[in-house]
Amino acid sequence: MTDLLPLIVAKYNYWLYVILMMIGLYAMIAKNNLIKKLVGMNIFQTAIILFYVSIGYKTDATIPIIQNAHGGQGAHSAAIHAADYINPLPHVLMLTAIVVSVATFGVAMALAVRIYQRYQTLEEDELRMRLADIGPEK
Amino acid sequence: MDNYPALIVIAPLLAALLAGLAVWIKERLSYPIALMGLAVSTFSAFKVLMQVIDSGTIQYKMAGWTPPMGIEYRIDLLNAMVLLLVSSIAFLNLLASYKSVEIETNDRAGSFYTIYLLFVTGLLGVTATGDLFNLYVLIEITSLTSYAMVALGDRDRGPLASLNYVFIGVIGASFYLLGVGYLYLKTGSLNMLDVANILSGIHGSSTVLVAFILMMIGIWIKMALFPMHVWLPNAYTYSPVAFARIVAPLMTKVMVYVMIRLLITVFGFDYVFETLNLADAVVWLATIAVLAGGVMALSQKNLKKMLTYIIVCEIGYMVGGAWLGNQLGMTGAILHILNDALMTFALFLAVGNMVYKLKTVDLIDLKGLFGKMPWTMAGFVLAAFSIIGVPPTCGFFSKWYLILGAFEAGAYHFAGALIISSLICAVLFFKVFEICFFEPMPEEHGHVDSHSHVIIEEAPVSMLIVSGFVSLSLIVVGLYSGTIVNTIILPFLK
Repeated sequence: MTDLLPLIVAKYNYWLYVILMMIGLYAMIAKNNLIKKLVGMNIFQTAIILFYVSIGYKTDATIPIIQNAHGGQGAHSAAIHAADYINPLPHVLMLTAIVVSVATFGVAMALAVRIYQRYQTLEEDELRMRLADIGPEK
Repeated sequence: MDNYPALIVIAPLLAALLAGLAVWIKERLSYPIALMGLAVSTFSAFKVLMQVIDSGTIQYKMAGWTPPMGIEYRIDLLNAMVLLLVSSIAFLNLLASYKSVEIETNDRAGSFYTIYLLFVTGLLGVTATGDLFNLYVLIEITSLTSYAMVALGDRDRGPLASLNYVFIGVIGASFYLLGVGYLYLKTGSLNMLDVANILSGIHGSSTVLVAFILMMIGIWIKMALFPMHVWLPNAYTYSPVAFARIVAPLMTKVMVYVMIRLLITVFGFDYVFETLNLADAVVWLATIAVLAGGVMALSQKNLKKMLTYIIVCEIGYMVGGAWLGNQLGMTGAILHILNDALMTFALFLAVGNMVYKLKTVDLIDLKGLFGKMPWTMAGFVLAAFSIIGVPPTCGFFSKWYLILGAFEAGAYHFAGALIISSLICAVLFFKVFEICFFEPMPEEHGHVDSHSHVIIEEAPVSMLIVSGFVSLSLIVVGLYSGTIVNTIILPFLK
């Protein structure tokens, strides 16, 4: 136990994402309401996005814009240290991943609307009963 | 022209845009546009395959950015083959779909073709790309379009099946994405070759192990390896037939391709089979998948659903073959990607013809079908023989390689499962044949006239021609499988 605590504190952000991810996964598996499942799905995806964002972070680094790159004092004269700038690539990747997750969420919401229009409910157990009423599968 | 690799993917993408726009002008325009786009794509894929066979791997740098900074399309013998397979099946299916799409999507044919083209774009992109993150985005394009397509199908069950597919699909894709994150953390690169080079020095790292497991689980969920298959049967059964015909043969097979690409190119044989001790467990998993898929198929009363469980079974073949860890098994797995795509396509074409005429394909509805739809049934029989593995159809040859590979690796349980599942498939299909051939046609309107001869009511000619063509190609590919193995698969594995 004594070894575990410093480990958690040192990398507390990753532990947070793991917890978030598990909350999302739990909601997707255990919740009965389809909208709650959708929210769980979004939490799950967000946890991964946060994970990526935090792997680009460096202590004491600034945003990845080179100082005085366009003329001004010291342009091109001082050497650029990669350690001074946070890594922009994971962030850029996550822009794409956010777009993907928004699109997925949109499609899923549209499907939920279709299901609600057809069955007037979004509870899974009620849906299962309605499906049983429709009769055997075609 | 050097731009064929890009053209393969861009032609359907552009066509999707145009087909979407054409809906506003004239709905009927979207079909020829879609056909054109896929024709260009198929032609380019053919050209690329010839080029790769002649002069080796093609590296196509997108917009001139050199990897590892830029995204590259890297086309070697394996993806050249899969690209041609995907584009030609998509093209042939479109040829056969015109009438059934009009019936099934009532007035929204334009949107159907747009989504269809985007789906094919995604599949082709997944196959062509040499970049791990790009692969994720393209997998999601493929998945998003298939969610939409499944929802277009059966009105009662389609949206629900689609939503369940969304949940599981998102988990799969997210696991893959997380795995890529771990790899990036360790290597700082996303280009497959670059990652592979860096990985070869750090095989012992536990981060790499976690990345590998996460990516594999993600891909397995996407390819519906038992027990992660639950989304597949419902999603494929309730989607429109024109879409089921392409998603069933292609989606899972492209995911198998991705798995093989990760095993061979990114992580490398040395890492997977020497550093890790997972191969035995995965082959066991595949064995169970093969048997479970077969048994679940036996209990189905609907032909379409039965075939989806056969897909689950076939996925087990390919995963098991790839994880046997020897050249024979891998050859069998790669050959089976090609063969299984063709066989499943032929089966679903025949089912599509039946749905077109009968509306439902419960097994009891199929009585007397040999008399009513002889050509469709001929295609169905050929495809069924190929799934069972009767020589000289192509299914026999890949199964042969898989069994040889299993013996070489000492995985007798896998070989046994292959043989048992062939028997199960034989039982399944002969059950269908029996219903179609021996059971009398249902009497209509109390007409009791035992001498009335059966009227042939076939599906439209376009569907029949494609169905016949694909079914015959099963034999042709079977006869030339030696050539395919020698010119494409063995040089690739060397």
